[in-house]
Amino acid sequence: MFDRILEVLPEIGVAMGQTLTMLLVAIPLAVLLGTPLGVLLYTIGPNGLKHRPKLHRVLDGLVNLLRSFPFLILLIAIIPVTRFIVGTTIGTAAVIVPLTLNAIPYFARFVEQNLSQLGGGVVEAARSMGASRSQIVRDVLIVEAKPGLVSSITIMTVSFISYSAMAGLVGGGGIGDFAIRYGYYRYETPLMITAIVLMILLVTIVQLGGSYVARRLDKRL
Amino acid sequence: MIEIQNVSTSFASAAGPFTAVDDVSLHIRRGTIQGIIGFSGAGKSTLLRNINLLERPTSGRVLVDGVDLVTLSDAELRTKRHDIGMIFQHFNLLNNLTAQENVELSLKFAGVGKAERRRRAAETLEIVDLADKAGTYPAKLSGGQKQRVAIARALATGPKVLLCDEPTSAVDPRTTSSVLQYLADVNAEFGITIVVVTHEMNVIKAIADNVAVMEEGRVVEQFDLAELQRPGFHPATSIGRYLVSDEIQLDRSGRGAHTTAASEGLINV
Ligand SMILES: Nc1ncnc2c1ncn2[C@@H]1O[C@H](COP(=O)(O)OP(=O)(O)OP(=O)(O)O)[C@@H](O)[C@H]1O
Ligand SMILES: [Mg+2]
Repeated sequence: MFDRILEVLPEIGVAMGQTLTMLLVAIPLAVLLGTPLGVLLYTIGPNGLKHRPKLHRVLDGLVNLLRSFPFLILLIAIIPVTRFIVGTTIGTAAVIVPLTLNAIPYFARFVEQNLSQLGGGVVEAARSMGASRSQIVRDVLIVEAKPGLVSSITIMTVSFISYSAMAGLVGGGGIGDFAIRYGYYRYETPLMITAIVLMILLVTIVQLGGSYVARRLDKRL
Repeated sequence: MIEIQNVSTSFASAAGPFTAVDDVSLHIRRGTIQGIIGFSGAGKSTLLRNINLLERPTSGRVLVDGVDLVTLSDAELRTKRHDIGMIFQHFNLLNNLTAQENVELSLKFAGVGKAERRRRAAETLEIVDLADKAGTYPAKLSGGQKQRVAIARALATGPKVLLCDEPTSAVDPRTTSSVLQYLADVNAEFGITIVVVTHEMNVIKAIADNVAVMEEGRVVEQFDLAELQRPGFHPATSIGRYLVSDEIQLDRSGRGAHTTAASEGLINV
């Protein structure tokens, strides 16, 4: 059994590398693009700095639409978009596109939620100090929401570790795909278990690391 | 210094427009401490927020240092707000910033450069005797210390006016007098005009030069605190008299709450 594991070890290494690549590209991209979208959702929302009911409803609906797409269907539905962006529809690069597309509205919701939980006091104080809307967002809201945002990134990363397992469908590889290929298709249970243990390890590391950073950033206690 | 002219503020509600501030006119002299007192819901906070336009009045004019704020553009108003500091009942400090960084924030919004911000924030913390807490986060400060950081934050930009919404309602009585002392010092040393909204008459008695009594959105009475020393002076309105009495009076016979006479008795001081 261990011989077999050793035999495919290079393959396991490649699979882990693919999973990490997916996460390291999709998650930062989602944070980068989802944050402004989330800020916008909050800002034009009912308790935001500049309520825009109509625009909010449109954007809110769009986010819901993207969020409610099952990942598998999204993966296939946006193949033309994927081809346009990365020039191919198979492989790790190709999976990153639907992953990111799914993660952006996901994270935007997190941002919106984190901001609306802050309470009006600090915003009120900032307004009294003559802060502009962008200053309120940058220097007050994001600053106060930072620990919560780190927790949200952690949650998102963990769910995307399991999402990335579906990458196998378009030949994206990754450790989840490895588990499916060897465990589900070839009945090599020990290999599947090895892969799953690695995924659990990855999730644990992400969760512990995320919690640690969030705790360090949070000055409320 | 502050001229409130026929200011009304209404809010839309399910049952139609609700008037929180109803045709209030108030003149607040430069360098004085103006008290505004009234029961919960009287419209005190709304009126205070009308002064820096956190709440834009539905009608009327608000002049601060001769400038009608209502006519200013957004950018002009933001600039003007650097001249009008404000502190709050619950301090409204940023939890994730140190005392020093909280004070620097108002300077940042005022466009002050980084080095200068650091210097002036340290200086202002000195005024409220918190230089030693510069690196401390709000969670590790007492209520009184938090309010002093908030005072420093409001003062850092060198405002001419300081608006205080229930500045001592969340702290104990001893801390109350310390916070009020800092406000009084700031008023005496820098000549800053202060407006204090509170429901505590002892706060008004301790610090205000003049008090406006609010009820249901209106200023129903206004007098100089010095008047209270004059024998034979009685506030004209029942709410004024009640607030001046500053005492909780209970009927211990067991029927107090049921008899309207008891609540009348409270008022006839
Ligand atoms: N943004 C708002 N929207 C709707 N109604 C409001 C709003 N702000 C205040 N009000 C209402 O206006 C009235 C006056 O409120 P305000 O906060 O000015 O009272 P207050 O005298 O400061 O009371 P308190 O002592 O409880 O702080 C209240 O009935 C309140 O419910
Ligand atoms: Mg109030």
